[in-house]
Amino acid sequence: MAKQKIALSVNGKKIEASVEPRTLLVHFLREELNLTGTHIGCETSHCGACTVDLNGMSVKSCTVLAVQADGGDLKTVEGLAAGGKLHPLQEGFMQEHGLQCGFCTPGMLMRGYRMLQENPNPSDEDIRWGLSGNLCRCTGYQNIVKSVQYAADKIRKEGAPKP
Amino acid sequence: MTDVIVAPSKEREAGLAGIGSHRKRKEDPRLIQGKGQFLDDLKLPGTVFGDFVRSPHAHAKIKAIRADKAKAVPGIIAVLTAEDLKPLNLHWMPTLAGDRQAVLAHEKVHFQNQEVAFVVGEDRYAVADAIQLVEVDYEALPVVIDPKKAMAPNAPTLRDDLTGKDNAGQGPRRHPNHIFNWSVGDKAATDKAFAGAAVTVKEDIAYQRVFPCPLETCGCVASMDPVRGELTLYGTFQAPHVVRTVVSLIAGLPEHKIHVIAQDIGGGFGGKVGAYPGYICSAVASIVIGRPVKWVESRMDNLSTTAFARDYHMTGELAADKDGKIRALRVYVLADHGAFNAHAQPTKWPAGLFSIVTGSYDIGAAHVAVDGVFTNKAPGGVAYRCSFRVTEASYLIERMVDVLALKLGMDPADLRRKNLIQPEQFPYKSALGWEYDSGVYPAALEKALKAVDYKGLRQEQAEKRKRGELMGIGLAFFTEIVGAGPTRNCDILGIGMFDSCEIRVHPTGSIIARLGTKSTGQGHETTYAQIIASELGIPSDDIMIEEGNTDTAPYGLGTYGSRSTPVAGAACAQAARTIREKAKKIAAHMMEVSETDLEWDVDRFQIKGVPQKTVTMKQIAMAAYSNVPAGMQHGLEATNYYDPPNFTYPFGAYICVVDVDRFTGETKVRRFYALDDCGTRINPMIIEGQVHGGLTEAFAIAMGQEIVYDETGNVLGASLMDYFVPTSVETPVWETDFTVTPSPHHPIGAKGVGESPNVGGVSAFSNAVIDAFAHHGVTHMPMPHTPWRVSEVCHRLGIDK
Repeated sequence: MAKQKIALSVNGKKIEASVEPRTLLVHFLREELNLTGTHIGCETSHCGACTVDLNGMSVKSCTVLAVQADGGDLKTVEGLAAGGKLHPLQEGFMQEHGLQCGFCTPGMLMRGYRMLQENPNPSDEDIRWGLSGNLCRCTGYQNIVKSVQYAADKIRKEGAPKP
Repeated sequence: MTDVIVAPSKEREAGLAGIGSHRKRKEDPRLIQGKGQFLDDLKLPGTVFGDFVRSPHAHAKIKAIRADKAKAVPGIIAVLTAEDLKPLNLHWMPTLAGDRQAVLAHEKVHFQNQEVAFVVGEDRYAVADAIQLVEVDYEALPVVIDPKKAMAPNAPTLRDDLTGKDNAGQGPRRHPNHIFNWSVGDKAATDKAFAGAAVTVKEDIAYQRVFPCPLETCGCVASMDPVRGELTLYGTFQAPHVVRTVVSLIAGLPEHKIHVIAQDIGGGFGGKVGAYPGYICSAVASIVIGRPVKWVESRMDNLSTTAFARDYHMTGELAADKDGKIRALRVYVLADHGAFNAHAQPTKWPAGLFSIVTGSYDIGAAHVAVDGVFTNKAPGGVAYRCSFRVTEASYLIERMVDVLALKLGMDPADLRRKNLIQPEQFPYKSALGWEYDSGVYPAALEKALKAVDYKGLRQEQAEKRKRGELMGIGLAFFTEIVGAGPTRNCDILGIGMFDSCEIRVHPTGSIIARLGTKSTGQGHETTYAQIIASELGIPSDDIMIEEGNTDTAPYGLGTYGSRSTPVAGAACAQAARTIREKAKKIAAHMMEVSETDLEWDVDRFQIKGVPQKTVTMKQIAMAAYSNVPAGMQHGLEATNYYDPPNFTYPFGAYICVVDVDRFTGETKVRRFYALDDCGTRINPMIIEGQVHGGLTEAFAIAMGQEIVYDETGNVLGASLMDYFVPTSVETPVWETDFTVTPSPHHPIGAKGVGESPNVGGVSAFSNAVIDAFAHHGVTHMPMPHTPWRVSEVCHRLGIDK
């Protein structure tokens, strides 16, 4: 199949690549860029394990084509920590026991990253709705909600981390 | 020898972050930064991909398979069928239950989506293309879907390969679709108790077919080194050593030439215990092709073919006195095992530990009989977040107690009070042969009832009922049986279900410990280190825990059935104690005193009565490599293979409060309170997390999960669109609580907790929903309690107008 050239920014780094038009974004990230932090849980947009941030929106990279990300600005879990410091969300997940097996965690973190920009002062209910596209089988969500609240609180006090 | 002012014991103890510490998890830093190593993250050079052609039919003859067009797809390397595996005798594989299972369907398919051919190619996309081009001619055959019709005289024979064989693994068969009959208990005494009983109740209680659905599907990478003749098998294995032994037995490779490695695993819940055709096909393909072969299941394949759980069709009967004292329990179970007898239980137990079915109650007589049957459904029978068939058992007795309460007009809490095993009866011998280790049941029940203001809730319910509103209060008082298990009654393929720990103390006083279990998210790297820290006085941060590599870890039976803490956790403590014994000898040598002059103090030995004369464990570690007593070997390490003297019996009291909308059938969980007693608590933060997760899975099962088949054997809804996995929005808020009754036979008194919330939770939810209809005389409603099903009940009762 003829390949198509794409250029995009991934975690602040300029990337140029040739991909088959049918290549899924998640496969491009995992197989071509070796960014395996983004996971595949269902391939049907239900579980959210593959959530990444594309042009200021949460997207499920298992149902986005790599060519659709052409020209885009993309962030994955690998780009969340900055300047040698964990993002407040990462810190929150560790402090509040917001993960167990850790398979859903990158998707949760990336969704949380966007959600807290959309709503910096969420109620627990807001967080539950905001994360409702991301499934977790281990935690029962309660500590994930706490983890996001931890991050929201920290960002309110100390400001958002510099990307 | 140190001769300085020593920090107080309490302070030093806190510094260890040992047993009881809310220590943060060691696993987290890598997992929150996208640096976990899950199966699909593994990239060996030259890896190719494999995936399956699957059957659209539930029961059919395979007349021909044509793969020419598939092989012509660029990048396709091989298409394997049963005919290719047959010369290697690998087209069938033995199951843990003594039957066999097709690796690739040979002559016949027995369930929809069964593996028919394995396509291997350079990349996933090429393989997906080629799968569409493999042509298979089928001749459809009549199916058996309803287990109740499996043994009808005219039922089609499903397993022609067993024709003439009166045994498919677990005892004599009386029909071509029959697998086994298993019974336990005193039938005569039970019958007698029923004959003379003042009150009896009987109810059909089905526990639907469900699936664990971890967020990561199953997968493996098989890599054969043709020069060395060694096979490395990476995979999502809850029991890596068992996989190594099984692969050796199946493939005929010497076991020392098989390296099984399980890295990070994205949840298991029982589904990653067994061996699947994907593992065998990947291994064969790697041997044939000489390159690493990766197989990663799709979600649809995972939901429709990987081992299911439950599918128990039970009839329960209780006999009681007029005042509610239960005299006898009788249970009959029809177990749907699907197409092959491939359930994952200790080999001698065709119904697992189902005989824990007398639950938390002192019942004088009991009898259980179980028939297993074949149907045209995917094989399995794993313990989805529970010990072997324990959730089914607990559900049966907890439902039956409510049924009896209704018949007697008694409050379900009062009926439980009346029948709970009393503290002074422990160790308690149950009518079905188990010896419960410890429990203070009445105190736990009273604490739970008080916490939710049970009386107040019943008053509120009475008032709501007057107004026609539906409110339900569900109780469950469960007893689990976990920690399989004592090798006298538990084995897998003859291998005793011990578990193991090897601890090595390095010269600088840090530690590596390796275990035969395998975490799938439970946090073993954190909690095992806490046990060792408390036993050896080395901070848990200085202790590395390693699992999952069969070359380095001592042999163990793996993680499932809440066995890690009761069995491997005990091995941890015992190995540490062996090390401490040796350390004491070294300490005596260092201080030039007799061993009997020494006493242990948190992280050091001190001379009795002279607290400033001490040597620390760190100092002893160095001495173990430099200054040992004459005749003693150097080094400081120990390995323990722990054969538990008994199971452990965690228990708990759960209370669920629901409001049901009589117009829509929608159930809202208003409150869920869970009191767990898992004995000694190693890490309360992790315990709470386990309880939250287990309750959420219980909620999913009770309220929505079911693998449904139509009458021709089509799986209806094998995607996350149809199969209910609750999101954060539906999931209730959990209230957790605890009591502590240590296990008397476990070295640190711990009982295990991971599965309790599922065992108790399902009953509590279901009892709550059904209790909402109790005043309408409803004794039972089948799970899952979806709004549609509940609304049908409302409609039938005429209360939805």
